[in-house]
Amino acid sequence: MKHTLAILVENKPGVLTRVAGLFSRRGFNIESLAVGVTENPDTSRMTIVVSGDDHILEQVMKQLNKLIDVIRVSDIPGDESVNRELALIKVGVDSTTRAEVMQIVDVFRAKIVDVGIKSVVVEITGDESKINAMEQLLRQFGIREMVRTGKVAMNRGAKTVQTEKH
Amino acid sequence: MTKPKMSGAKAIIESLYREKVEVIFGYPGGAVLPLYDELYDSDIRHILVRHEQAAAHAADGYSRATGKAGVCLATSGPGATNLVTGIATAYMDSVPVIAITGQVPRSLIGYDAFQEANITGITLPITKHNYLVQDSKDIPVIIKEAFYIAQTGRPGPVLIDVPKDTQSEIMEFEYPAEIKMRGYKPTYTGNEQQVKKAASLILKAEKPVLYVGGGIIISNATEELRSLAESIMAPVTTTLMGMGAFPSGHPLSLGMLGMHGTRYANYAVQESDLIIAIGVRFDDRVTGKISAFAPNARIIHLDIDPAEIGKNVRVDLPIVGDAKNILKTLLKYVRQEQVRTEAWTRKIEAWKKEYPLTYKKDNLLRPQFVVEQISETCPDAIIVTEVGQNQMWAAQYFNYKNPRTFISSGGLGTMGYGFPASMGAKVGRPESTVIDIAGDGSFQMNSQELATVVQNDIPVIVAILNNGFLGMVRQWQELFFNKRFSATCLEGSVDFVKLAEAYGALGLRVTKKSDVKDAIMEAVKSERPTIIDFVVEKQENVSPMVPAGAAINEILDLE
Repeated sequence: MKHTLAILVENKPGVLTRVAGLFSRRGFNIESLAVGVTENPDTSRMTIVVSGDDHILEQVMKQLNKLIDVIRVSDIPGDESVNRELALIKVGVDSTTRAEVMQIVDVFRAKIVDVGIKSVVVEITGDESKINAMEQLLRQFGIREMVRTGKVAMNRGAKTVQTEKH
Repeated sequence: MTKPKMSGAKAIIESLYREKVEVIFGYPGGAVLPLYDELYDSDIRHILVRHEQAAAHAADGYSRATGKAGVCLATSGPGATNLVTGIATAYMDSVPVIAITGQVPRSLIGYDAFQEANITGITLPITKHNYLVQDSKDIPVIIKEAFYIAQTGRPGPVLIDVPKDTQSEIMEFEYPAEIKMRGYKPTYTGNEQQVKKAASLILKAEKPVLYVGGGIIISNATEELRSLAESIMAPVTTTLMGMGAFPSGHPLSLGMLGMHGTRYANYAVQESDLIIAIGVRFDDRVTGKISAFAPNARIIHLDIDPAEIGKNVRVDLPIVGDAKNILKTLLKYVRQEQVRTEAWTRKIEAWKKEYPLTYKKDNLLRPQFVVEQISETCPDAIIVTEVGQNQMWAAQYFNYKNPRTFISSGGLGTMGYGFPASMGAKVGRPESTVIDIAGDGSFQMNSQELATVVQNDIPVIVAILNNGFLGMVRQWQELFFNKRFSATCLEGSVDFVKLAEAYGALGLRVTKKSDVKDAIMEAVKSERPTIIDFVVEKQENVSPMVPAGAAINEILDLE
């Protein structure tokens, strides 16, 4: 069972190490991780996808809360949230395949952000399954390189992840 | 008002004054020279150890004996890494130790400079929090936060790494009146609704057991615990860390539980219908086979650390908060006349009579006898232990009456802890007799500190239960490895009496039962650092014992 955690932390050096180190030494597995500053420059937000049952999730959240630099930990439920990942995919093309690739990109509402003689770079945003589907379709043309950000997630509606702990 | 200008080093000393630090255990070196120069003029007592590991253990022993934070100091690189075992020991047992380390100058960090070690990285998993000073102006806030974090909530060690150039840099000193940390707000008051539910479970229970640990001692809740036990007439078993939380001689005391606990404590837990766990963490040495632990009981778990609740066992009723606060509230809701434990306490009385803690009473000098004699001769002593058989016998056969009189490395099980920790305890409580109950193996891991206790006139007594073996490992080899005593015989050890004398301490040797008491008396009266070499039975085992992986009622008596 996968869970997406939003973790608000102090925007200070070394905090990522503290969080990542906690996962490894307690035997929790990080599936994906994305970090960036929030609307408040003193606060960063990490989105970490972790797999495990409810007991593991509870321990992860409690152990994270013990870190002094962790301000708040929330479990973002998949069905009540917006989840996005971004990928850049460099696809090999020639004059015969370029049009077909561009068609696929259109269908997915992705973008071509760089065009070369032998390759194009596709930018796609979406949830994990959409990016996986895109990757599958582009594979036949030859994927030269691919980079994916970790997932970021936000609750739908008015609900927010506050910086105040409890 | 203008802020006084001073060096970072001076700012550290000023900040330590503000935190009412009276003593530092330390060892100088290149990266802490500016700080040692300031210490030279300060009123803070500095005790020069002979190995940095001992500085950390001494700060830890000082803290456990006094309840105050203990401070240790070392230089960068090897000085800092030598603290690591001591910091890990304090972390596992929730002891507020402040470790200050020198670091190479900021411009050299990351360049593998001479005596550089990334000590904040190394101690990340064994500190409650740690700091690398990036700017001398941050020193007062960092020290204030460090002491606050170390001593509040579930206590623990905090390390402050101070680059050498920040020690000499001039800054404007202002000690913060208060601190704000968005990510750190420990819970002290237990949820009243939960406490009420606990009271109703307690009043319904017919076979309750109070299972208590170090949390009682840390929160100074021994009186409240005693009131609760007596109001609800429930027997009390303590963990190793909880020795002293409840008087060993009290009729409701079950002594220690777990691997080397009493039979009756283990039987009581296994038959109980309600475990009231306070300030404990269901460690594997306590629970044995976890799936078979207290099979008939509901579990109430009180702890200040929410992460401990539900970590090892499922809990029916969690209460997060300070033990003293919660017990005070709980006492309002339980009334003696509603208690239904009469049959239960009678059953426990019978178990206690049937299965007492005992050993072979003959003419040979047995280690248990030595501990009993120490208990009779020095009933108010602070007992510090090393790790292994000596530690278990010290827990089993000394009659503890008060908190902070049993000091031992429970979680990490650090051999070599006892002697330096006893030094710290004696510095913190000079009016008390402090006795390190040691093994010949453990003592030799930090025996160099004899120089420290002699130089600084710290009259601790080291009672070595000398069996010429790494006894606990030998015991396991005897029981589970066909008596193949691989690397556990310590033949060829030093003559401990001569060793003591070489350092200028008092050395005594005892080989007969009849001489035990006199030797202890002589050591106490001498008011000198003393080693008593008790030459005890070589192959004595710690009994009873729950084999690893068994349920705790599957407990065996060993010959």
